[in-house]
Amino acid sequence: MFPFCFEWVNDAAHFVFMGSLYTVLGLVFVLLNYCGIRAFLDYLYEREVEDK
Amino acid sequence: MKDIHSEQKTYKFGMVIDLDKCTGCGACMVACMAENNVSFRADETDKLRSITWMRVYKMTNGLPFPDTEVCYIPRPCMHCEGSGHHRPAPCIAVCPATATDRDHETGIVSQIYTRCFGCRYCMAACPYHARYFNWWDPKWPKGMEKYLNPDVSPRMRGVVEKCSFCYHRFQRAKNKAYAEGRREIREDEYQTACAQACPAGAITFGDLNNPQHAVYKLKNSPNAFRILEKLGTNPKVYYLSTKEWVRRGVDHYLEEEAQD
Amino acid sequence: MDSALIPEGVKRCSFKKFAIWIGVLTIPTLWGIYAALLCWGKALNQTNLNDNFPFGFWIVADLGVIALGAGAFFTGFLRYILKIEELKNIVNFAVVIGVICYASALGILGIDVGQPLRGWFIFWHANVHSMLTEVAFCITCYFMVLCIEYVPLVLENRRIDAYRFFHFLSHRFHQAMPAIAAIGVFLSFFHQGSLGGVPGVLYGRPFAYRSGFLVWPWTFFLFILSAIACGPCFTLLITWITEKITRKQLVKKSVKETLAKIAGWLLASYIVLKIIDTIYWASSTAPRVGINFKSFYANQPYGIWVLITEVGILGIIPAIILITKQGRSNSALLILASFLNCAGIFMNRWIMTVQTLAVPVMPFDKFASYHPNWQEWATTLLPVWIGAMVISLSYRYLPIFPQERELNPA
Repeated sequence: MFPFCFEWVNDAAHFVFMGSLYTVLGLVFVLLNYCGIRAFLDYLYEREVEDK
Repeated sequence: MKDIHSEQKTYKFGMVIDLDKCTGCGACMVACMAENNVSFRADETDKLRSITWMRVYKMTNGLPFPDTEVCYIPRPCMHCEGSGHHRPAPCIAVCPATATDRDHETGIVSQIYTRCFGCRYCMAACPYHARYFNWWDPKWPKGMEKYLNPDVSPRMRGVVEKCSFCYHRFQRAKNKAYAEGRREIREDEYQTACAQACPAGAITFGDLNNPQHAVYKLKNSPNAFRILEKLGTNPKVYYLSTKEWVRRGVDHYLEEEAQD
Repeated sequence: MDSALIPEGVKRCSFKKFAIWIGVLTIPTLWGIYAALLCWGKALNQTNLNDNFPFGFWIVADLGVIALGAGAFFTGFLRYILKIEELKNIVNFAVVIGVICYASALGILGIDVGQPLRGWFIFWHANVHSMLTEVAFCITCYFMVLCIEYVPLVLENRRIDAYRFFHFLSHRFHQAMPAIAAIGVFLSFFHQGSLGGVPGVLYGRPFAYRSGFLVWPWTFFLFILSAIACGPCFTLLITWITEKITRKQLVKKSVKETLAKIAGWLLASYIVLKIIDTIYWASSTAPRVGINFKSFYANQPYGIWVLITEVGILGIIPAIILITKQGRSNSALLILASFLNCAGIFMNRWIMTVQTLAVPVMPFDKFASYHPNWQEWATTLLPVWIGAMVISLSYRYLPIFPQERELNPA
């Protein structure tokens, strides 16, 4: 459900609930991209990262 | 849902069933099934899987012969009002896909068959067993499709269905009133199939908020009660009985609770 | 044959033996798939579910495996957020178990719903007031998080790690793990709680209904606590089974005892709160709607023994074993306590689901009983066989037990 859906209601429940969902999805997306891009740069410049 | 109906005329449709008049004949069940295209199977012996939007239950006073008394309780969907925004009807509160909702115009608890994905949480929530699952795809005897009610969509397997207070009849009555330039519908223009079929005239249907409607007076009778009232589901189906054991038999009481 | 894929310095059985083992697991898997196809093809009349029991074994299994899978997020929480370093030796395996448990839950739900193809409606037409919506959102997101936690383990496979990009990607994932674990913790606390909310909010079902705090019934909090109490024990139990099958010690005893101690104290707190909740429910919540709590247990087989078994035998006893040093240092007792703990939580989920529906609410209604049929058993056990395959493959090809080499020198 998106804020432009006809069922959307501008109330706290919708903001908190759907907001949390999109925040989590956004964070996961950012993290995945961060890891992917950093790994690609490491690969490109053959940088050895510190041991895990 | 958004409140887009604030300008609309609103009703609170409900039912009053006089249990002293009910003979348990089951005509209401038959009328309901025919009116609402309720599917059935060749073998209907498994009552836990047959769909009966309106179901007549039997209750006895538990006394041995010759003091035994029997009461039949027709049970449609109670179209619970719940209590306020934070506690709607048990089924509405739980449906994850908003496939069931309270209609602002009529107070009727709807069921959107094409949106229901069959999780059955609403069935678990309903204490009245008013909700039924389609365990099979409907299979009509040869030729019967032609006799189905064109105003009611048949349901496919895997979805939940229940009594709609013959909502299609409300739509029809509203269309008629609109065509005739009226804003309100008359009491006799919108009646459920069960109310019309009852040979004993035990079922009365109408707007619970309208003092002109019979249900308004009947629900205020000292003999009026509702099933499982203490749960707070706030049903819109009332019952009448002059017998105290009937009035008390439909709810739970602790031993120490005084007789009413 | 597959030696190039096996981690360095560890010993594995021959490929032939491994293939036979996987082949054996395939037989019950096919049985489960056949049952699932029957349910999808012929609809849910293939089960013993009915209108009195719209929820049955599948929902119990769902609630159960999600609680058992809580070991993944909770061990992650202890390892990455509370920085209990010792647990790095078991956290990988906890993630593998978590992935299996959550995949099982989603798979079972996919069979359980009447119209699986409409499953996306839960996101598109979400009713934000429904506990099930919260559960669906969090489980789906958390399964995604678990997969992300599992990916670096797969990338550590010898052959995959040989590719430079994957080598770097694995490192970067490991660096991001605390953040991923934190998201997992947030999601897990909510969905474990929401699963408790599923029965707890049913105010039309006095057996399950509980009052609570704001929008959350007390079962919300009890389910979180019970999940984090049994999740680590399930990890220990599966580790023990894996050790028995592989005939190797894979995790040091001290690691297991640390986890057992934490689980034990959580279980003890859960049992105390569960007893308080039961007393309050029996003395206040149920009488308010005119019900004497004893009447809930008037229908056989759901007599009062159910409550005694759940709280006493499967709750208090394992809690005592796990919180005492003598108890958890004895391997047999530790495993027994872990088993009882997991069984207790599973029983609790059965009670909150099936007994809730079995207790007639309308006084003139009749008691009906329910037991799962073979289709329900086969589909519910399906994840066990697939899970065994995933664990077998993960154990064989991925370095999931960091202490294995040290404990089993070549």
